[in-house]
Amino acid sequence: MINRSRWLPIAIVGFVTLLLVGLPLERTGNVRAVVDFLVPALATMAIFAVVCIGLNVQWGYTGIFNFGVVGFFLVGAYTAAIVTMPPADGEFSTYVGGFGQTLANVPLPGAAHWVPHLVGALAAAGISAVLALLLAWPMVRLREDYLAIALIGTAEVLRRIATEEQWLVNGSRGLAGIPRPLAGLADGDTYKYLFLALALATLALIYLLIDLGIRSPWGRVLRAIREDEGAAAAAGKNVNGFKLQGFVLGAAIMGAGGAFYAFQQGAISPETFTHFFGTFIIWAMLIAGGSGNMAGAIVGTYVIWGLWSVTLQLQGYDLPRFLADRVPHLRDTIIGLTIVVVLLVNPRGLVPERARVSRWLDRRVSSMRRAEKATTSPAAD
Amino acid sequence: MVAETIGAEVRADREVSSTDAVLAVRSVTKAFGGNRAVDDCSFTVRRGSITGLIGPNGAGKSTLLNIVAGALRADQGSVLLDGEPISGRRPDELLGRGLARTFQVPRPIPSMTVLENLVLAGQGQVGERLWTSWCRPNRVGLQENAIVDKALGILGYVNLGRLRDAPAGTLSGGQKKLLEFARSLMAEPKLVLLDEPAAGVNRTLMRQLTALIEEQCHERGVTFLVVEHDMDLVARLCDPVIVMSQGRPIFEGTFDEVRRDEEVLSAYLGGQFR
Repeated sequence: MINRSRWLPIAIVGFVTLLLVGLPLERTGNVRAVVDFLVPALATMAIFAVVCIGLNVQWGYTGIFNFGVVGFFLVGAYTAAIVTMPPADGEFSTYVGGFGQTLANVPLPGAAHWVPHLVGALAAAGISAVLALLLAWPMVRLREDYLAIALIGTAEVLRRIATEEQWLVNGSRGLAGIPRPLAGLADGDTYKYLFLALALATLALIYLLIDLGIRSPWGRVLRAIREDEGAAAAAGKNVNGFKLQGFVLGAAIMGAGGAFYAFQQGAISPETFTHFFGTFIIWAMLIAGGSGNMAGAIVGTYVIWGLWSVTLQLQGYDLPRFLADRVPHLRDTIIGLTIVVVLLVNPRGLVPERARVSRWLDRRVSSMRRAEKATTSPAAD
Repeated sequence: MVAETIGAEVRADREVSSTDAVLAVRSVTKAFGGNRAVDDCSFTVRRGSITGLIGPNGAGKSTLLNIVAGALRADQGSVLLDGEPISGRRPDELLGRGLARTFQVPRPIPSMTVLENLVLAGQGQVGERLWTSWCRPNRVGLQENAIVDKALGILGYVNLGRLRDAPAGTLSGGQKKLLEFARSLMAEPKLVLLDEPAAGVNRTLMRQLTALIEEQCHERGVTFLVVEHDMDLVARLCDPVIVMSQGRPIFEGTFDEVRRDEEVLSAYLGGQFR
């Protein structure tokens, strides 16, 4: 009997990998072209995985139904941009901030390569966290469906502000020329590898910190609140306080993801931050991968972003007209179908959540089991 | 009119000195729309007692319990725990002050193991601060081990040790009640609110739970306020018994006194327990 919960993630990840490598290779016949396509795609996946982990903290672990992910993603991206960019010229662009040159002159070794970006990423996380904190007071008590609607509205308001307020972030023209981190340390061709390493290192750091938190009494309380707020309160936990922590931490991570997105793209505009691109697709990643599960968030990101980016390659083929005209719509359909298939076969996602306890309790229970086994086995002999 | 007169007499009769009263409910009112579920309700719970709170369905017992436990906010009136007002306090704050509760339908965290449910209820856990769990793992680990020891002790005490690693969602209704009772003990409470502990529990488990309640009360001085429909259990366990009807207490006394009071029986228990 084949265990479908095991083969499904392997089959889907394998299929996506085959597409990611096979389609560019088949089109160009050139390994270098495949690498040129894959490296930035993997960096984007790492960035989206960061955002997905932020949503996982909110929904997967705490049960907060944030359907306004794009709001925090946008705030993070714009904050990082206006912190790292030079001051606005006032003629072709107007925006607040523009601390890049000041930060580049901080008396630290190689400051120009990393200080503005470090400050930008931290500011992105910080401003997103402050925004979440401000929203959380009135909203965290809302029932999940009302919270979702309120957050969709908030995200749309933020998008409108970015579009309409010329003085703030240059309005609908967006921001261009966002400096890239460590750009001076590698030339144009090799920089993509450096950025990929930076994105992966950031993902690894966030993964490690959140995993340590989740596998602690703190994470145990979040899980309890997700499953039954009343029971968690009866166990002596400040439900709203912990929900606030989960919401704010998740938003900070989304903001950091937005910062890296701005660094990678070099230019952002309000049109980028649509609800489909910034919220729906992140949810698709988490649901397909498996919520309440860090590995699931990453596998989901790989599969959904992999399908999202690789299906655009279909435009290079001589497809029948009715298909060729519909490739962009086909992408949406493929994402939707993937979610449906995963949910039908594995309702808890490609990598279902495991019962996780605190790492100390884990160790303790394991040692008790070993001791019990040791005391029962001589009798069995 | 008759109910109001009886209510006033009850209040006058059972004046308990403030040092003896672990819980005092003062003129509490709670309405849902036009329906006054709890209506100017006052009573006290004597320290070290197992006080029963009975009455027909819709009498306001569970609403009152939820108000005392901090799950609902009273429209009027106040609740005092050890003489300190606790109205409007959150359930977690109340547990910190020694007031624990169980639910009518038990609510353990289903995906967590029995042991994990108890460890969750450990109070003052430093590892529940994210920063500490990152930066001071040794301190968290030491405390976690101490909490696990305590939880294992309580699990053995309520005879659930063999189910230590079972997900709480897989337990029977009676076992879940025991688990909730055990969870309340983790906080070392001075007052436990038990909402229908006998509901859906078989006789064997009920005897076990009853013995545990009596032991906690008589040997450790824990006070219990028990909302219950099972009159056999109330008769065996509770003294005094407060009878509620239409949102307010109408009688307080021993169960025998309740049984003998013709007016109470005919008006509120239908006379079936005579």
